[in-house]
Amino acid sequence: MNENLFASFIAPTILGLPAAVLIILLPPLLIPTSKYLINNRLIATQQWLIQLTSKQMMTMHNAKGRTWSLMLMSLIIFIATTNLLGLLPHSFTPTTQLSMNLAMAIPLWAGAVTSGFRSKTKNALAHLLPQGTPTPLIPMLVIIETISLLIQPMALAVRLTANITAGHLLMHLIGSATLAMSTTNLPSALIIFTVLILLTMLEIAVALIQAYVFTLLVSLYLHENT
Amino acid sequence: MEIPSKISGLKKTEEHSRHQDSKIASVVPVKDKKLREVKLGELPSWILMGDFSPSGIFGAFQRGYYRYYNKYINVKKGSISGVTMVLACYVLFSYSFSYKHLKHEWLRKYH
Repeated sequence: MNENLFASFIAPTILGLPAAVLIILLPPLLIPTSKYLINNRLIATQQWLIQLTSKQMMTMHNAKGRTWSLMLMSLIIFIATTNLLGLLPHSFTPTTQLSMNLAMAIPLWAGAVTSGFRSKTKNALAHLLPQGTPTPLIPMLVIIETISLLIQPMALAVRLTANITAGHLLMHLIGSATLAMSTTNLPSALIIFTVLILLTMLEIAVALIQAYVFTLLVSLYLHENT
Repeated sequence: MEIPSKISGLKKTEEHSRHQDSKIASVVPVKDKKLREVKLGELPSWILMGDFSPSGIFGAFQRGYYRYYNKYINVKKGSISGVTMVLACYVLFSYSFSYKHLKHEWLRKYH
């Protein structure tokens, strides 16, 4: 039972070579680029969505923060398409692997914080102490704020991993429960099937929301630091 | 019956027009025939003459991609089936990967 449950999270290999690389390379094939002004329906839909998202996300940044807009847009598109593709049956979701999410979170967070420390050092250090704290509490509070700063990339990565993995696991469990109950107790199997339908709708929302949250937080760290 | 472009694409040399000539001339070098016109005895030599360098393989994938793209997606009234066919192939591909784990879960007495 245990081996079956987690078997879908093992990174697929072809003769020991990671096929996960091939699967990560699938989303770019679904998002074509175009050199024309008027495009086919697929490109037009995607361009409309990207414009909607980028306007929503990048209005709060100044000029220096907006240089990151390409990075943030590719991030949200990648995470959203990878999560949604993971909802197809039997597919492998790269974002369930903590290694990949750490590889996304740590460089982005480090880039935002480092650029903040380099350009506006006093402001960046001032973030470590909230306004209006009583003087005796200052050393402890600086330590606490530093720890909360250093934990941000970990939180980003673990949040994404845990949400997507938990959703997939729940769907596996409820699906196998439906199958097991369908032979013995049909009405409760139908009830569990309804739960599965609702869960699938939730998963679609979670896939999109997680992408949004990840990107939003990175842009928030950016905003503080530019 | 469409030829998988990966195989026939390997055979397209710089002169694409030569495949037109093969309908007129009866004697054509083996290298330039499409898969349908290669005789069965010539098949090994035809396969071996393909361009298996990295740039050759990449070119084959690129030709295949654009062939699918221009037929199903880059049209005036492209439908959703252009994308769903790709997703269906992806599902089958992932199924073949996880077959090894799935075969232990069949509801059978003997595996």
